[in-house]
Amino acid sequence: MAGNAWRSTLLKLLARCGVRISDASSAPEICETTPLILHQVSRVMGAIKTQSPQPRTFSRGIQTVTLIPGDGIGPEISTAVMKIFEAAKAPIQWEERNVTAIKGPGGRWMIPPEAKESMDKSKIGLKGPLKTPIAAGHPSMNLLLRKTFDLYANVRPCVSIEGYKTPYTDVDLVTIRENTEGEYSGIEHLIVDGVVQSIKLITEEASRRIAEYAFEYARNNQRASVTAVHKANIMRMSDGLFLRKCREVAENYKDVKFTEMYLDTVCLNMVQDPSQFDVLVMPNLYGDILSDLCAGLIGGLGVTPSGNIGANGVAIFESVHGTAPDIAGKDLANPTALLLSAVMMLRHMGLHGHANKIETACFDTIREKKVLTKDLGGNSKCSEFTADICRRVQDMD
Amino acid sequence: MLEHLFCRPVVIALPPPAKYGGRHTVTLIPGDGIGPELLNHVRELFRFSCVPVDFEVVHVNSASTSEDDINNAIMAIRRNGVALKGNVETNHTMPPNHKSRNNLLRTSLDLYANMMHCQSLPGVQTRHKNIDIIIIRENTEGEYSSLEHESVSGVVESLKIITRNNSLRIADYAFRLARDKGRRRVTAVHKANIMKLGDGLFLQCCKEVASGYPDIEFDSMIVDNTTMQLVSKPHQFDVMVMPNLYGNVVSNVCAGLVGGPGLVPGANYGRDYAVFETATRNTGKSISNRNIANPTAMLLASCLMLDHLKLHDYANMIRGAILTTMNETRVSHT
Repeated sequence: MAGNAWRSTLLKLLARCGVRISDASSAPEICETTPLILHQVSRVMGAIKTQSPQPRTFSRGIQTVTLIPGDGIGPEISTAVMKIFEAAKAPIQWEERNVTAIKGPGGRWMIPPEAKESMDKSKIGLKGPLKTPIAAGHPSMNLLLRKTFDLYANVRPCVSIEGYKTPYTDVDLVTIRENTEGEYSGIEHLIVDGVVQSIKLITEEASRRIAEYAFEYARNNQRASVTAVHKANIMRMSDGLFLRKCREVAENYKDVKFTEMYLDTVCLNMVQDPSQFDVLVMPNLYGDILSDLCAGLIGGLGVTPSGNIGANGVAIFESVHGTAPDIAGKDLANPTALLLSAVMMLRHMGLHGHANKIETACFDTIREKKVLTKDLGGNSKCSEFTADICRRVQDMD
Repeated sequence: MLEHLFCRPVVIALPPPAKYGGRHTVTLIPGDGIGPELLNHVRELFRFSCVPVDFEVVHVNSASTSEDDINNAIMAIRRNGVALKGNVETNHTMPPNHKSRNNLLRTSLDLYANMMHCQSLPGVQTRHKNIDIIIIRENTEGEYSSLEHESVSGVVESLKIITRNNSLRIADYAFRLARDKGRRRVTAVHKANIMKLGDGLFLQCCKEVASGYPDIEFDSMIVDNTTMQLVSKPHQFDVMVMPNLYGNVVSNVCAGLVGGPGLVPGANYGRDYAVFETATRNTGKSISNRNIANPTAMLLASCLMLDHLKLHDYANMIRGAILTTMNETRVSHT
């Protein structure tokens, strides 16, 4: 719950005990109380006065999450996820919002203010696929969201799914990609006719931030090592700076092993033996390529979860596949990617019990191979797949 | 109009003629790590097979800061026209003015095309079978221009240069090679949705060249999708052409798919010179001097060199011997 709601509830409770408070700074007027209630009340008063920041993992209350269904198959898979969460009795309250690019004051493109407000309040978002119309005049929606909430880290855990066979069976790694700068800064110039330069920007601040997030993630999720991926032999200054920052941050996290590896060596070893990698942290372009490579190892974008972490505690979890307009509305879509992203979201919020339950149900359904959607090799409908997972979740209780 | 004056016609490198009694002289750069021992194997094999090639050995000390060593090597290659090299290690903790020796060699000699033919070899266990992909990578510009500066303290800019001339040149090389080898499709790998001007120019040049080769199909694919497709469905690719960095990633992924860095040879072609090495350019420090490195890549690279010198009989003989050995005996590789 937001801080103010908590405060007002407490004030009402205190009023019932006979304590009236005109404002937080003044001393409470006590009508008649026992010493025990007095002690409890003064403790509560201290808490109200300090207005301590609410921990996000408020597991006993209902957490609000902004849901952005998206386009194409987005609405159907969002509905599927909501159904599964309901069956699992997860303490999540969904707030649906749509994002389209609108022109704000000053001519800058921005997302609708209701969406932004909802996100700022709830801090957690779940997003379906958004389409980027070509020649619409505005930048891609994903880029807009990234800029609005300063989503600096893109996290993609890639774990082999037991029921979905790929040539690679023992993948269990996480790619953490810097999402704001690097090669995707968009700064390009035509020097003379026929010569183009693109600028790759690496800053100390962004490198330090992503490195810190990577080590925090490794520590919080019990991962043994973090590997920085770079090409400092060729791009000495830029990747050298990135590496230096990673090394500096590694000093503060002695419990996590830190290694560095060239990009080409990582690619080479990844397709031969992906089990040797744990957490990988890297700048934007390498992250884009490697995260998609790892997604390919476990079965493609249809089964890969993804999360974007922003400054100010914002986190948006999303499915990275396309909108699939050809199967939209036909109940054929596969909700696995969005579901696994939602599970990642639950883990981020500290609701590990529900996360494990839903994830196990999903993996069991895929392993059984009885109600798989078309892209997973079966011919069931999305609703049947969802219903099977809901049944399993309910049976687990 | 003006571009016409600057656009040189592309000529595939002609091999230098044999001199001094029908024997060729080839520059040999041992390099670091496993380079020296692998090149010793090549020399041993050539001596045994009586191949009419003499090696002029030029050492490059990767630890020294002066560029004299690498300049000597470059001069030797200019003299002989052909070289066989191991990888010279780059210490990336050195300051930025200490450039990568391998990169210096490639840019000074203008070895603009890196060709790597990834073929599944018989007798090698891999997850994907029957892969046959040719990768052509632009070798001199792109992200490897080594132009970096710190504009403000804590902010570093690195320039990626794409030029029309070089893009046309590499695209033409790719299509000509595809035609010569009877290949049906060329795929350009790019990231033009994000780097609209840079990779956009590369893609446009490829399209222009493709219009001149109507018998060869041309399509393009974004690099992250390419890597995803390579690990799930590699058989859809035939010939691929791309700028420098994507070439690095894709060639390493393909080398991993066919069995590892010890199996695939690579060739760098320029207008006047040709340098042969292993495709993934690994130094292999951790396995050097232990007699466990796989010499296949270097031996196949020497066969490519013999093909370039038009000594096809010797090349086929050595290649046949290598493949028979791999098939019959159980050789464990790196």
